[in-house]
Amino acid sequence: MKLASAITSLSGIPIEPVYGPEHVRGLELPAPGEFPYTRGIHRDMYRGKLWTMRQFSGFGTPEETNRRYLYLLSQGQTGLSVAFDLPTLMGYDADHVTAEGEVGKCGVSISSLEDMEILFGGIPLGDVTVSMTINSPAPVIWAMYLAAGEKQGVDWTRMSGTLQNDILKEYIAQKEYIYPPRPSMRLVTDVIEYCTQRVPRFNPISISGYHIREAGSTAVQELAFTLRDGIEYVDWALERGLLVDSFAPRLSFFFNSHSDFFEEIAKYRAARKIWAETMRNRFGATDERSWKLRTHAQTAGCSLTWQQPYNNIVRTTLQALAAVLGGTQSLHTNSLDEAYALPSEHAVTIALRTQQIIAYESGVPAAPDPLAGSYFVESLTMEMEKRANDYIRRIDEMGGMIPAIERGFPQTEIADASYQFQHTIETGEQKIVGVNAFVEKNEDPIELLHIDESAQQLQVQKLVKLKSERSNEKVRKSLDELKRAADGRDNTMPFILDAVRAYATVGEICDAFRESFGTYTETSVL
Amino acid sequence: MDHRIRVLVAKPGLDGHDRGAKVIARALRDAGMEVIYTGLRQTPEMIVNASLQEDVQVIGLSILSGAHNAIVPRVMELLREKHMDDVLVVIGGIIPDEDAAKLKQLGVAAVFQPGASLDEIVGFIRSSVKQTA
Repeated sequence: MKLASAITSLSGIPIEPVYGPEHVRGLELPAPGEFPYTRGIHRDMYRGKLWTMRQFSGFGTPEETNRRYLYLLSQGQTGLSVAFDLPTLMGYDADHVTAEGEVGKCGVSISSLEDMEILFGGIPLGDVTVSMTINSPAPVIWAMYLAAGEKQGVDWTRMSGTLQNDILKEYIAQKEYIYPPRPSMRLVTDVIEYCTQRVPRFNPISISGYHIREAGSTAVQELAFTLRDGIEYVDWALERGLLVDSFAPRLSFFFNSHSDFFEEIAKYRAARKIWAETMRNRFGATDERSWKLRTHAQTAGCSLTWQQPYNNIVRTTLQALAAVLGGTQSLHTNSLDEAYALPSEHAVTIALRTQQIIAYESGVPAAPDPLAGSYFVESLTMEMEKRANDYIRRIDEMGGMIPAIERGFPQTEIADASYQFQHTIETGEQKIVGVNAFVEKNEDPIELLHIDESAQQLQVQKLVKLKSERSNEKVRKSLDELKRAADGRDNTMPFILDAVRAYATVGEICDAFRESFGTYTETSVL
Repeated sequence: MDHRIRVLVAKPGLDGHDRGAKVIARALRDAGMEVIYTGLRQTPEMIVNASLQEDVQVIGLSILSGAHNAIVPRVMELLREKHMDDVLVVIGGIIPDEDAAKLKQLGVAAVFQPGASLDEIVGFIRSSVKQTA
């Protein structure tokens, strides 16, 4: 059997039969920790500090998820990462009509500050860093997190973690948006501004290529659209009057780690170089922390197969290794059963052990950027950079990412790439072990996590009780004030915090914004 | 007269992951079918109404969020109410085997799980619509 993808990378970059000095002419390669950080943002890299092992997790009620978090922390996980369910992601409470059948399914259900307090019960928010994957309702969920910290008596200056808060990739790829792009960008900027002033150790945004890739983009498109999104957020924050070096050091990124091993490593290296040069040359940042691209990575969910699911452990191992060789700051490894369901405790433990084996047994973290100087990897890095910069230039010419989204440009590029990729699987040109090659007839079923259908009922009961116990007068007043702020130009964060402290719900607060901003429906691109 | 098979591809529920729905819609179109793609966040009512108005022979639902047990029974019930039992309903997405069996008992013609090939899906729709025509 001949090798698949031997002629081009997954992104379509032609691969030469052999690489030599002629493929890396003009290459400059400063040491790790030196501008433009192609070789990593730290001189000593993982010798100084290993990446954070951060498994994305959440399901059912806050009570159930809290138990999973306490388990993961007891197993040596070093940070938390919250997955919210779809009603929460879309700004609806557990009792909303569209929440039927969705509560607690894809993540944990959070409707109020009370749920957030339960979620982090027994977890000291001044000591554990928490990442939260939430976008359109991000200011509301972050306010609940900060208020939960207050209740634990933790000073906000000690709280650290990451809010995804990346709305642009929602319009581009994942499609969990509520409001139109411009008011949404204002909310993102409100969070960046408030965070810079009040919660200085928190990352107010995680500019994400992960979902762009999962939607079917190539690695080049993932790289280009993500960095161009980053440029858009910087533009908006500058427009707000913030100084670039006041907020840029806390911008963080999130990339996919897919199956084409060397292309992925090249992607991480190129990302750091492009971002450093953009921050210094395009935005005039002078603080070197503003130049450094810090990133989280997750192995590719879309590469997991339903067939022969144990093979997914191997896929994930290779992808995780690529992210580590690419110099990631934190990592999530997918579980073997995630083509079926949210992971079982057994499966997620293997996924965490995979990272621990790379960290402690493989010897890989000993030397920073060990592939530097490889003709092949350096040539790929240069090619990724060139191709990504071409896309960035084209989007600049369209007037920025919002006009590009409005004309469906990134959406169409991704849809085309995903359709082409599917074709290569159909024709067998791209082999997927267990799916179109080395297929087995009768496979044994694996043990799966089942989400209790009772989550919705329990969450609704809590909401009914909450609404009868809180001061509804106080809630109404705080929501009125929030709506006035939304209609005006003030930063909305202090008003959201007041509403949250009065136990206004996610749905109530998002409804206030819906009234002010309206909602968004995309024109579908096929 | 146009003899092309008419298919409505819909994405019900709150989920926005539309990669699969879009790939299927394009593949069915490339296979010569007339495809109407509804876009995201369609309620069962919207899906059945659109199917009635567009006079489709096939409804394809893409569900990845685990909400199929709430959504699909409602679609099947509405189809019965509107005497549209002859419309072929196929589902694609993350549907566990035991749920797939239950959905078939409700009248769903086929459930395509991850890894199903486009050829298989196109072939199933072609042969099933021919049988009922």
